[in-house]
Amino acid sequence: MDIDKGISAEPRRPAGASPIEFRLDPASGVPTYLQLVHQVEHALRLGYLKPGDQLPKVRDVVAALAINPNTVLKAYKELETKGLAAGRPGQGTFVRATLSQVALPELSGLRRSLLGWLADAGTAGLDEDGVVALFTSVLRDFYKRRGGEADRGAASGETEGVA
Amino acid sequence: MNVIEASELGRRYGSTWALRDCTVAIPAGHVAALVGPNGAGKTTLLNLAAGLAAPSAGDVTVLGGQPAGSPVALDGIAFVAQDTPMYKNLSARDMLHLTRNLNRRFDQQYAESRLDELGIPLKRKAGKLSGGQQAQLALTLALARRPRLLVLDEPMAMLDPVARHDFMASVMMAMAADGVSVVLSSHVLSELERVADYLVLMSRGRVQLAGEIDDLLASHRLLTGPAAEADRYAERLSVVHARRGEAQAHLLVRATADEPVPSGWEAHPVGLEELALAYLREPAAAVLPGSRPDSARRRALRSETGQRTEVTK
Repeated sequence: MDIDKGISAEPRRPAGASPIEFRLDPASGVPTYLQLVHQVEHALRLGYLKPGDQLPKVRDVVAALAINPNTVLKAYKELETKGLAAGRPGQGTFVRATLSQVALPELSGLRRSLLGWLADAGTAGLDEDGVVALFTSVLRDFYKRRGGEADRGAASGETEGVA
Repeated sequence: MNVIEASELGRRYGSTWALRDCTVAIPAGHVAALVGPNGAGKTTLLNLAAGLAAPSAGDVTVLGGQPAGSPVALDGIAFVAQDTPMYKNLSARDMLHLTRNLNRRFDQQYAESRLDELGIPLKRKAGKLSGGQQAQLALTLALARRPRLLVLDEPMAMLDPVARHDFMASVMMAMAADGVSVVLSSHVLSELERVADYLVLMSRGRVQLAGEIDDLLASHRLLTGPAAEADRYAERLSVVHARRGEAQAHLLVRATADEPVPSGWEAHPVGLEELALAYLREPAAAVLPGSRPDSARRRALRSETGQRTEVTK
């Protein structure tokens, strides 16, 4: 009797398929393996990837993007080092942990209220650049005021370049 | 294991040295890119490694010490020449037949199923195939010999963007599936950025810079600061290439990210293209001078402490 109970509500994917696909931005200047790492982290934050999900197979990524297999392996090794993924011999690499602190329903609620705020900003006369500038500035102030015990650690390590 | 190892290798055509005093070791398991301007000696080096020409000076071994051109070397290397030459009047099937009979090892089944997957009809004459299909046919013939090293000379020069992508994907798939090492030459840097993880920079018949691309990028920085101070720092830091304006100067230097930056200067990471251009503009600058056959210099390049002392100008 092979009825899978627990996951019957899940949409069925063909065995070995991953919920995400990678893309590359040649103009970004970010090394290819880091682009892959960032995309997995992004997908984890937004809930596209959950623990147990399979990452795209190395062969599939290589075929789709025409990149060096060593690059994909390097990205997956980096994700393993970060504790986000784990390799299973002969099967592939799977998600081990999640980065999303918030579940999907809450996330879409937050998205809705943000859309409402954006509409207000537009009505008030702010264009896209203005919105980004305002948001970035408020964001920085907000976390600074929290005194750094918030999630400073989660911020990216952009310490390059010394003034 | 090194897939290609050259020691003081030279090749002269008439009175002109196409390659001179070339010392380099390319390790297995990489996609190594041979980059340099036209006439730098890329094709000559590849021809010598593949055993298609004999050296005028020095020597070259492949696949872990096999003399280039020896039977073992010939069996283990597949070479796809510039513009993928083909007998235009032979059908794809005849080309398979010919290649099978000219080689000791040929995987007919692999070749046929690969052409089938690519939608290349066996009956079609090679001359009637599109440029992309001809390149794929040449690649199929090469891979069906089940090589350990695939050598590609300017493989994508004639291909449109889609054919380029598909061709490179095929090469990368072969690497992922069978562990084939790849050495390819090109003078178009942008098309290598995604695939190559090892760089051999050539100019004027010599090897100027060689190493794993990640290591090379991590050991170089671009410093921007006041032009008046540039000379002072140029003495202390090992500058590969400098661009100066009236007030501001950009110095591409050999330094890691954790090395202190002079105050008033800004440090930026460098990209592959920027790095290669800087070296090609300064033919005298070399991380790997073509005179030491051992791999000690490559190791020195990786160890951070060795870096300052290693540089010769």
